[in-house]
Formats: sequence, C-alpha cells, structure tokens
Amino acid sequence: MVDAVKDLIVKIKKQQFLFEELVKRDFKKKYKRTMLGMLWSLISPLMQLLVMSFVFKNFFARGQAYYTTYLFAGNLTYAFFKDSTTGGMNSLMQNAGIISKINLPKYMFLLSKNVASLINFGLTLLIFFVFVALDGISFHFRFFMLIYPIICLIVFNIGCGFILSALFVLFKDVQYLYDIFTLMLMYVSAIFYPADMLGDKQKLLYLNPIYVYITYIRHIVIDGYIPGIATHALCFIYAFGALIIGALIYKKYNYKFMYYM
Amino acid sequence: MEKIILNNVSVSYIVGDFSNIGLKDVIIQKLKGTYTQKEFLAVNHVSFTLEEGELLGIVGSNGAGKSTLLKVISGIMRPTEGTMAVNGNIASLLELGTGFDPDLTVKENTFLRGAMLGYTREFMNNTYDSIIDFAELKEFEDRKFSHLSSGMKSRLAFSIACLVKPEILILDEVLSVGDGAFRKKSEEKMLEIIKGGATTLLVSHSIAQIRRMATKVLWLDKGQQIAFGDTKEICDRYEEFLNKK
Repeated sequence: MVDAVKDLIVKIKKQQFLFEELVKRDFKKKYKRTMLGMLWSLISPLMQLLVMSFVFKNFFARGQAYYTTYLFAGNLTYAFFKDSTTGGMNSLMQNAGIISKINLPKYMFLLSKNVASLINFGLTLLIFFVFVALDGISFHFRFFMLIYPIICLIVFNIGCGFILSALFVLFKDVQYLYDIFTLMLMYVSAIFYPADMLGDKQKLLYLNPIYVYITYIRHIVIDGYIPGIATHALCFIYAFGALIIGALIYKKYNYKFMYYM
Repeated sequence: MEKIILNNVSVSYIVGDFSNIGLKDVIIQKLKGTYTQKEFLAVNHVSFTLEEGELLGIVGSNGAGKSTLLKVISGIMRPTEGTMAVNGNIASLLELGTGFDPDLTVKENTFLRGAMLGYTREFMNNTYDSIIDFAELKEFEDRKFSHLSSGMKSRLAFSIACLVKPEILILDEVLSVGDGAFRKKSEEKMLEIIKGGATTLLVSHSIAQIRRMATKVLWLDKGQQIAFGDTKEICDRYEEFLNKK
C-alpha cells in the first residue's frame, strides 16, 4: 500500500517535470527571435480593437452601450479560442518526431500548448479590465463570476484541441478547413454587432458555444447581472461535451496515430 | 529475473487506406466494392526472453523489422498479435537527434530529454553535470542545439540515456556515431551499465561490435525470426548468409 502511494507520487513528479519542460519549450519557441517578445500578445488584440472600433463604431455603437467593452469582450474570447485551438491542432503533428520515438502520454503536448495560450489570454484580460474602467464601468463583486465562463472556455478549448489534433493527424486538409471555419465563426459570434440586430434569428446564436461564453461575460460586465441557470448549463455542456468527445478519440486512436505520422 | 518476454509477437501496418491512396480513391473503391484494407506484417511471430543484465544484439538487413520491434518493446506501438511483458523503466535511444529542439540551448534540451525519458527534476539536477561532462560539451551548454555538430548531438543523446541508470536500454544504431575516442568511451560505459544489471537491446550493422558486446543475438529477416540464441553461433551463420548474397 505504502509502495503504491510512493509509486504514484514518483509518477506524478515525473509527469509534472515533463509538463513543465514542455511548457517552457513551447513558450520560449513562441517568442524566440522576436524583438518585442511577449508584448506581441498585447499589441495584436489592441490593434484589432483599435481598427474594429474605428470602423464599426459609426455603424453599431448607437444601439449598444459601452461599445468598446462590448467589442473587446467578444474579441478577447474569440481570440483565445482561436489561438488555443489552432495551437492545439498542431500539437500532435509538431511533436510527431518525439511521439514516434518515445512513449509519452500524448495529451501532454496539447496541454502544454494550451498553457502558452492561457498566459496570453490572462495578459489580454488585464488590458480588458483597463478598458472596462476607461469605459466608465465600475468594479463589482459580480465580476468574480467571470471565472465560471473562463474555466468552461479553457475546458472547451482543450476538448476542441483534442478533436482537431486527432483529425489533423488523419486528414491534413483540416488546417485549411479550420481557417475558413474560424473566419465564419467570427461572423456568427456577434463580436462587433449587437446580437439583437438579428431579430428572431438571434436564438440560433446559442448553438455557437463561443457566442454563449461571450454573452455570459457581457452580461456580467456590461449588463450588470449574472445569467440564469440555463446559460450556466449550456456553458458546461459545451465545454465538457467537447472534452469527453476529444478524450474518447484520443483513447481510441492512442496507438493508431503513429501509423499516420 | 526475466526482464523482457516476447511471445509470438506480430506487428502489422495498415497500407492502402485513405492516408495512403487518398480519400477520393477510397470512396471510389468503396462504391465499386473493391476496397480492402491491406496489412503489412513488419514483425512476424517473434519470441524471445531476456534475463537481467543481458545484451541482445539484433541483426538483419534493412527492412527486417528491427526498429518496429524496438518500438513495440518501448511501448510506442502495440503488438497486433501475441503477448509481451516488459519489467522495468526503459531509456530508449531510437535514432539520435529526435526529440531535441534546435532552438533551445544544450542545457534546456538536456532537461527536456531527461523529462521525456521519465526522470524527475531532482534527479536531473543531480546528474546534469556528469551528463554534460561525459558528453564533453561543458563549454557548449548555453549554445543553441542547432549549433552543435552531428557527432556532438549524438554524444549528448547517448550521455543522457546512459548516465541515468536505466533498467532497460534500447539502442538503435547509435554506437556507430561520434569519433573513435568517444565510441570507445561509450562502449565502455555501456558495458558498465550492463554489468550494473541493465538489460540492453542493441541494433547494429557492425557484426564485430555485436560479437564483442552481445550475450544473445536475434536475427530477423523480412519480419521473420530466423534465429535467436548464442552470439557466436548466430553471428557465424549471419555472416555466412551475408557472404552468400
């Protein structure tokens, strides 16, 4: 019994060491040879925000209070999803050389990629709060509930990463398809236009998990209330649904990926 | 104690499916009803047992299934047929240079590789200096990995795998690299590891090396197990076979 516990502790220590080293590697590689390094993860969303608010403010700001915050909340969530899943999609193929030579848990590569995206997201989130303050919205304890959609989004990203990375091993076309998909997703996530402009069709947006997460964040920050049970359930179902499907695919194909690398 | 037991192990690769001939052709063939999934037997009913402290030399021409067999033993692939038992932690050196990141420094790569081989951080902190000294790369430790020569890269890979006292060591044609002096040093190190009780699998095209080091030899040809047993006897037979070709 004592031995079993000891073995388990050593196993966790080993996995933790590997995980930390992989995170370090992914993070270092991301900004290697750039002069501004991590600043890029702040510059890029800010530039997007600047351009979008300049272009769209005249069209959409009239029907929407706190338009900058509205726009930023949407863009922040969407950018995190895109960054995390695109990185996740490549995680198996990029490490094909290692996977086909050393026996390691394959999900490690995806998780370490996600940590790098998560750090980016965290930094952008801080900037977001600066903009929220600039927009004249004062802090409220309700804001702590933001942790719920963020955790759901992280889980959702990991789940989608599992699915995409597996598909990418099997079909290399997925990377081009996914580019198109994310572009379309951006338009149906109500990032820069008020969702009620769609009228009756607005309900259809709830089929889009990203829209659900964005809406949750906007309700808390802009509209000033915590969404109901149904929204919570939807956030949860999308996140863990994706995770379960992804995990099952990994389990099933664990030893088969090798043949397609 | 028996460290590795293989019982009638076969491994087959799938050939002729969509990743091989393209999705379009698969659909056309499926519609026509002519689609069959073909399998290619890379390892065909191989059986052997290795005791603690033995060194198995694996010989055979290219495409004999040597590397596939090592992949099965190191747990990367699963046998399609047969059973296998491996007792102990494995350090595998399947082809050098893989798993290293060209952009990271030598030191960072050493820790990364150590983590991949399943060691703890404490252990790597304690062993790092002896690894880098053995590889004779002390003055290069903060240089980028891509700046090393290929001989240096393989020296580092060898040192990481061998200085960490694995119970099972898998070496796929890795001793034929590095300069003469390092080759001698690495052979000595290997013998030391084996004397320390590690079980080793060595793939090599150098019969002289196999004769010098192996306690048992496995001869594969096109996936088939031709012979398994005593080093001298099988090496003689194998050389005779090579000469006839």
